[in-house]
Amino acid sequence: MPIKRADKTPMPVREAQMRARDFLEVNEGYTKSHASFEAERCLRCQDPVCVGGCPVNVPIPDFIHAVAMGDMAGAARILRSANPLPAICGRVCPQESQCEADCSMTTRFTPVAIGHLERFVADWERTQPPAAGASLTRKEKIAVIGAGPSGLVCAGALARLGYPVTIYEALHAAGGVLRYGIPEFRLPKEVLDWEIGLLKTMGVEIVCNVIIGKTLTLDELFGKMGYAAVFIGTGAGLPQFLGIPGENLNGVMSANEFLTRINLMGAYDREKSDTPVRVGKRVAVIGAGNTAMDAVRTSLRMGAEKAMVVYRRSDKEMSARVEEYHHAQEEGVDFNWLTNPLEVVGNAEGWATGLKCQKMKLGEPDASGRARPIPIPGSEFVIPADNVILAIGTTPNPLLTRTTSGLLTNPKGCLVADEKTGLTSKPLVFAGGDAVTGAATVILAAGAGKRAAQAIHEALVERSREPVLAG
Amino acid sequence: MARIIETRRLTPVTKYFRIEAPLIASSARPGQFVMLRVREGGERIPITIADYDRQLGTITIVVQEVGATTRMVCALGTGDDILDVAGPLGGHIDIAPGGHVCGVGGGFGSAALLCLMREFTARGDRTTAILGARNKELLILADELRPLCTHLEICTDDGSAGFRGFVTQRLAQLIEGGAERRPDSVVAIGPMAMMRAIAETTRASKVKTLVSMDPLMVDGTGMCGGCRVTVAGKAKFACVDGPCFDAHEVDFDVAMRRNKAYVQEEKQALDRVACLERRESR
Ligand SMILES: Cc1cc2nc3c(=O)[nH]c(=O)nc-3n(C[C@H](O)[C@H](O)[C@H](O)COP(=O)(O)OP(=O)(O)OC[C@H]3O[C@@H](n4cnc5c(N)ncnc54)[C@H](O)[C@@H]3O)c2cc1C
Ligand SMILES: Cc1cc2nc3c(=O)[nH]c(=O)nc-3n(C[C@H](O)[C@H](O)[C@H](O)COP(=O)(O)OP(=O)(O)OC[C@H]3O[C@@H](n4cnc5c(N)ncnc54)[C@H](O)[C@@H]3O)c2cc1C
Ligand code: SF4
Ligand code: SF4
Ligand code: FES
Repeated sequence: MPIKRADKTPMPVREAQMRARDFLEVNEGYTKSHASFEAERCLRCQDPVCVGGCPVNVPIPDFIHAVAMGDMAGAARILRSANPLPAICGRVCPQESQCEADCSMTTRFTPVAIGHLERFVADWERTQPPAAGASLTRKEKIAVIGAGPSGLVCAGALARLGYPVTIYEALHAAGGVLRYGIPEFRLPKEVLDWEIGLLKTMGVEIVCNVIIGKTLTLDELFGKMGYAAVFIGTGAGLPQFLGIPGENLNGVMSANEFLTRINLMGAYDREKSDTPVRVGKRVAVIGAGNTAMDAVRTSLRMGAEKAMVVYRRSDKEMSARVEEYHHAQEEGVDFNWLTNPLEVVGNAEGWATGLKCQKMKLGEPDASGRARPIPIPGSEFVIPADNVILAIGTTPNPLLTRTTSGLLTNPKGCLVADEKTGLTSKPLVFAGGDAVTGAATVILAAGAGKRAAQAIHEALVERSREPVLAG
Repeated sequence: MARIIETRRLTPVTKYFRIEAPLIASSARPGQFVMLRVREGGERIPITIADYDRQLGTITIVVQEVGATTRMVCALGTGDDILDVAGPLGGHIDIAPGGHVCGVGGGFGSAALLCLMREFTARGDRTTAILGARNKELLILADELRPLCTHLEICTDDGSAGFRGFVTQRLAQLIEGGAERRPDSVVAIGPMAMMRAIAETTRASKVKTLVSMDPLMVDGTGMCGGCRVTVAGKAKFACVDGPCFDAHEVDFDVAMRRNKAYVQEEKQALDRVACLERRESR
């Protein structure tokens, strides 16, 4: 198939029928020739809008130019200078609303495939021997709470600055949402494990099974444990429920529960894993974000015959990455737009049998600027379903804030932190990622972790300069 | 990783473990639990912290074999390691000091009374522990509990030890027994059916009653919502909002039904473990 330079070089994907039944990665990645062809499309704009669209301002034309020149090591170095998790972001960033949104190529053609190229470079990097570990040059110990992207990135940046860093993670494995939420077919665990391995070679210590706020309090990290500064990257993992009748029937669960049973606990492989998950013939997933797409596509892979998305707004208001939506369509997911769930109906044994819904129509824009869905009277109907999975959002986990005094949160339970530095209401306590913003994206979390590392460094350098008062 | 430093069979299906877990021991309070995992690919299961010794840095747990994972735990012995132990999780039992607290334990739930009785007696409360079992052989920890509370009551269904009858009958007698014996608050820890019966026993007299709910849990940190129980008509997460709730507000029907969600899969897992054990012993 001849590819016109005007169009984005398509990502090679595995055939939909086949991939929808296993957990292997959907996107196969560019070959070298795909990558150099695509890299040549970049106009190397004087004033690149793409860079402004990226939350961490990756020097996009520079790394793409290096790819075009065949300088992979250079490309990797440029990429990493701005984005510590390129292999992950290349795969999961919502490029269509960030770096690729206003690419100059879009005025006439399709944007440069920045994400695909980023992934290509980072995957190449993984085939190379890892860079030498960092050396400890600072004596102040730093504690990082939570091993999600924000915590991992913050720890890595601090280690590079010479600090001894310990990450405390509540679960038995590091990665946060990248481990328990985003499925293997979108983000292979091998990619995550490589990043975590890199941190370990830099001397970062990861201690699992420690819940800060329970096992140790935040104040004890300073006192008893002797840390000089703390970064909080505890995410927004608490799932929301709708509060509709029938929500406690068996077979109804949050997307977090469904995905955790499968991704973290390995329920897709009953030979190796003791954790069960029961997936019926028909699965209805409520919501239309990345989490909903992951849940609905996972249910297909777990053997569901019919996997459905139910969303009260239309496809225009959907927040999922476009690529995931297209992949879900190809895999045969059914989309019920403008459909508002009213009640989960069940049988005498207490198992869900269906989702009672109501048709909606779009009205005037609401406070969020999105068209307000209005119920159509008399349009109630039941979608038969053995499982109902809720993917309607998450909020910050209160475990830490409930047991820490002086740590301010906003009414939504998010930590109050300075936008630039991540400094919270407590001295030498910094925070970033979903714990501060509410559920957002990997790159925003990573960016916040990186900025906080710099701010922690500056605060500690500042403190070491302060004269010690005699007396 | 946590090292097991002492084990003891309490009944044919329950085992006592003391494990090295200094951080958990230093912050544990009565009513909290740990999540543990025994092998790669293993399930995370919640187990109540029965007791702790802050000086020695150890915690005590009592595990009853009901399925695959609890069976694997009970196969461990002194010197073995438990792969993952995380905690203390959940809220602690919060009762204003100075009253008469009655702890009711059934099955492995009796174990949780150890630290509860010790701490409440130590702060000056009057404490009564009621232990229940089908017969004398299945009764656990009576000797350990006796010195920890003001008053120990034993109930067996067949009368082979102590009071003949259910813990609920004995509790009802105490409540009706006048100011001297009537507890100001009751904490019931044990099988769901027992906790439900206790809730009914104290409902009319309005004695403040807490029950320690044990729904199925996955993470134990508030991330999955699988542990939700209906309390006063609202969904609560047992691992962060509980596990102890006001007994008179808990919807036991929903809770009992939800605990049966995976019966089929659990049975398959148990068969698999039993099969593995047979193969190893050959
Ligand atoms: C299913 C799903 C799909 C997604 N898809 C995308 C996508 O395609 N693209 C994208 O950009 N974003 C996506 N997101 C969002 C993205 O994953 C998050 O924004 C990001 O992971 C947030 O990172 P974080 O470091 O703030 O927190 P998290 O990733 O949530 O990690 C927090 C970590 O802290 C631990 N923790 C919490 N409390 C404590 C405590 N008290 N003590 C110790 N440890 C603690 C948790 O166990 C967890 O490991 C998705 C989210 C989900 C749920
Ligand atoms: C907060 C909390 C504290 C607990 N404390 C203890 C404890 O101190 N000692 C102890 O032995 N057990 C305790 N449990 C129960 C324990 O977690 C379960 O017995 C265990 O998860 C069963 O795992 P399994 O794989 O062995 O059995 P499974 O195969 O998972 O289950 C076998 C059968 O056991 C029953 N069962 C499963 N889970 C539970 C549960 N959560 N509660 C009651 N019955 C269940 C069901 O009937 C099920 O069909 C506690 C549970 C909770 C939520
Ligand atoms: S980090 Fe994300 S937004 Fe930035 S360039 Fe890479 S893919 Fe685009
Ligand atoms: S805007 Fe598009 S064409 Fe211009 S430098 Fe960025 S990627 Fe290249
Ligand atoms: S066990 Fe997952 S939220 Fe409680």
